[in-house]
Amino acid sequence: MADQTLPIAGSLDVTPQRSTGSVLLEWLHEWVVTVDHKRLGILYIVYGIVFLLVAGAEAIAIRIQLAVPHNHFLSPELFNEMFTMHGTTMVFLVGMTILFGFANYLVPLMIGARDMAFPRLNAFSFWMTAFGGLLLYYSFIGGFGLYGMGAAPDVTWWAYAPLTAKAFSPGHATDYWALSLIVAGFGTLGTAINIVATTLCLRCRGMSLMRMPLFVWLMLVTSGLTLITITPLTAAQIMLVIDRYLGGHFFDTQAGGSAVVWMHFFWIFGHPEVYVLVLPAFGVASEVIPVFSRKAIFGYPAMVAASVGIAFVSLGVWAHHMFTVGMTSVGNTFFVLSTMLVGIPTSLKIFNWLATIWGGKIRFSVPMLFALAFVFQFLLAGLTGIMLSAAPWDWQLHNSYFVIAHFHYVLVGAIVFNIFAAIYYWYPKMTGRMLNETLGKWHFWLFLIGFHVTFDTMHFVGILGMPRSIYTYEPDRGWNQLNFIISVGGIIQGIAVLIFAWNLVHSYFRGKAAGNDPWDAWTLEWATPSPPPGYNFATDPMVYSRRPLWDLKHPEDPDWKYE
Amino acid sequence: MKSLIRQHRTSRFWNAVVPFLFLFCAVAVPSAWADGPQSTPSILAPASTPAHSIYNLSLFVLAITGGIFVVVAGLLAFAIIRYRERKTDDASEPVQIYGSVQVELAWTVIPILIVVVLFLTTARIIFAIQDAPEPKSALDVTVVGHQFWWEFRYPKLGIVTANELHVPVSKATYLHLLSADVDHSFWVPQLGGKTDLIPNHPNQMWIQPDHTGLYLGQCAQFCGVEHAKMLLRVYVDSPEQFADWVKDEQQPGVQDPQVAQGRQIFETHACTNCHAIAGTAAVGTFGPDLTHLASRATIASGAALNTPANLRDWIKDPDQFKPGALMPAMQLSDAEIDQLVAYLSTLH
Repeated sequence: MADQTLPIAGSLDVTPQRSTGSVLLEWLHEWVVTVDHKRLGILYIVYGIVFLLVAGAEAIAIRIQLAVPHNHFLSPELFNEMFTMHGTTMVFLVGMTILFGFANYLVPLMIGARDMAFPRLNAFSFWMTAFGGLLLYYSFIGGFGLYGMGAAPDVTWWAYAPLTAKAFSPGHATDYWALSLIVAGFGTLGTAINIVATTLCLRCRGMSLMRMPLFVWLMLVTSGLTLITITPLTAAQIMLVIDRYLGGHFFDTQAGGSAVVWMHFFWIFGHPEVYVLVLPAFGVASEVIPVFSRKAIFGYPAMVAASVGIAFVSLGVWAHHMFTVGMTSVGNTFFVLSTMLVGIPTSLKIFNWLATIWGGKIRFSVPMLFALAFVFQFLLAGLTGIMLSAAPWDWQLHNSYFVIAHFHYVLVGAIVFNIFAAIYYWYPKMTGRMLNETLGKWHFWLFLIGFHVTFDTMHFVGILGMPRSIYTYEPDRGWNQLNFIISVGGIIQGIAVLIFAWNLVHSYFRGKAAGNDPWDAWTLEWATPSPPPGYNFATDPMVYSRRPLWDLKHPEDPDWKYE
Repeated sequence: MKSLIRQHRTSRFWNAVVPFLFLFCAVAVPSAWADGPQSTPSILAPASTPAHSIYNLSLFVLAITGGIFVVVAGLLAFAIIRYRERKTDDASEPVQIYGSVQVELAWTVIPILIVVVLFLTTARIIFAIQDAPEPKSALDVTVVGHQFWWEFRYPKLGIVTANELHVPVSKATYLHLLSADVDHSFWVPQLGGKTDLIPNHPNQMWIQPDHTGLYLGQCAQFCGVEHAKMLLRVYVDSPEQFADWVKDEQQPGVQDPQVAQGRQIFETHACTNCHAIAGTAAVGTFGPDLTHLASRATIASGAALNTPANLRDWIKDPDQFKPGALMPAMQLSDAEIDQLVAYLSTLH
């Protein structure tokens, strides 16, 4: 059956109405057993937002502790657990899950497919990731049992050996960290395989690789990169568990093992991981910026090439996290060059976004506000990245608050801002309702101000010599006022996120009806009803250009004439 | 009226900008234009040869990246303001432009040129600092990182001390970095970049300070519960001061008969398992060497000033200063602690 009122015939929802007597049980059952890519996508996103609130609360606790010197808000042990869990959660349970959630939801819709290539693998992957996260947080009450703060991991999110060895980390905190990431990692690998297979095999007629929306391209690149980078992490975690329980000596320095080998394993995962997170964010920006500038993306082939280029170069830069571990001068020089090379495809991307805006008619809806702030912040993050890539300067800045500022500029200023842009942009498609624009603007402006108050200031305190991971600091170092300002900014961001969370709930029940295509956009997902029915399309769509809906809306001036 | 509005706008602009200028000045001014040691360990106040080269490189990189920022952020701000949708606009879509090979080539080539310049400059400084040959006259110090304190050994001078490093001014000091347990990192920003202390992986760095005084730093690689209180003090001495210090340090522990009881308590309790005092039965190596404890300004790796009262509290319950420090509470009576502190205070 097909719904002929849509631009591309959509399938009608013909799910039979069964009733087990309890509406709630029925609803729960549907969500637990679902293999629908859209439901799994929403599960991923909701799960990520819940952990965003948890890890955000951890960040606020950290900032209260550091607001004044010699503070006793948190004990040293609890502080160390807080920043370890904050980092681990934000990277693995927030960034990865929300972005993969959007990929799950959008990739099949954008390429005109009826579902992901492997729907059951998709469900399996989500639940692996979900239980990995629960395992990590069970450490608060597991481990030694309920005493004080339990036994949450406290060895930092990079967990350098040999601090993770049994001799220095007795108990189960480190085991929770290693095992939960192995479990979550398998889920991530499953999703990555699924996305690669879907984009390569399930594109609709006319959707050649070079006609895929940039978001899909970036998810394809990200997924390929994920397959390469999660593997060494999983291997290293398994070696760590062998060291801890089976008498292995991979990282046991007292028995001839090497602490530096752990660093290599961790960062050959850890650096590309940044790109695994930021490339989907680029994808979001590459969808949002053109639509709200009312122009086609500038230089599509170059954008694709730059994405693939960034992925390749990112595999050869990991040791710039290790300029201070005593590599040879030649080794250091190599990683300076490879790291600086990242700047070339990245600056191409920034210039192309700029050229997309240039000559457009910019509409400042909330998604666009977040995307524009992203471009500005990502520019700054890239420039501080260049500063850090100059190895001698990194000898000073490494492990100082300057580095914290730099990577939060990437992880928050670029990635979280784009996650917010994506939620404001696609929420109407997912729920059929618009998010409240006024609340959205409050969210944006408060978050923007809080972000800059916090992270701009962090650069300075790092330059003044404050190292990371310290639970308190001496009052005579000249860091007091700056730290107080940073903490105030953190609380402003916290308020903004609460407004956002309220907006999500409020608009779900009270939001304006969205219609199929509220933003007057051009990719295939906007040709379906909001929310799209099961299996998306009744007939296989046919596309002739990168912007199929532009062609339908402007038959006198279609894109395919110019591509 | 019109000019009034404009004035109002300008002042609002300045209201927004001035706090940032102040912030910048508060950070940059006191540090950048002062010589010698400061209580704020700023990387903008170098006082040693490698720190100076890093500082100069950082200014160069800052100038280039700052230039890029002004140009690109300016273009971005211009585009956002100029090309915003206006109420007067009609409903038509703007002209669609799909790309331009020439333009894109241009903004690929320019970054390549900038990278070449930055890379060559950086490489030069790397080799200049890392591969500088060690002069014959250089002082060698072995630095051993412990949870959560620093051990300093001067092999050629036969000195072992802790937490407070003494080096001569205007002379190269080579630090040989080892770790007894987990990773640490030696960082005194005014004297040079940091280098990690990794077990089973000896490292090396050098400093050549040009002003005497006390330089502050701390451990820069997370090493466990008390990582935050693994503070570092480097005294850069004049040649005469340094020679005097060496002479003092080479003496065995003072043996004052007036505090013999305190010494006996030290020698007959668990203190000797971890601590050493030259000239006594105490030869432990797990904790700091106490032969010249009273000559140091701080205890507990900089966590507290070295006063009799603090020393007393520390022996009674180290967790008061450093919860998680590996020294246990010694369970001595108050009278014993008094005698012990009296003894330790004579160890000049």
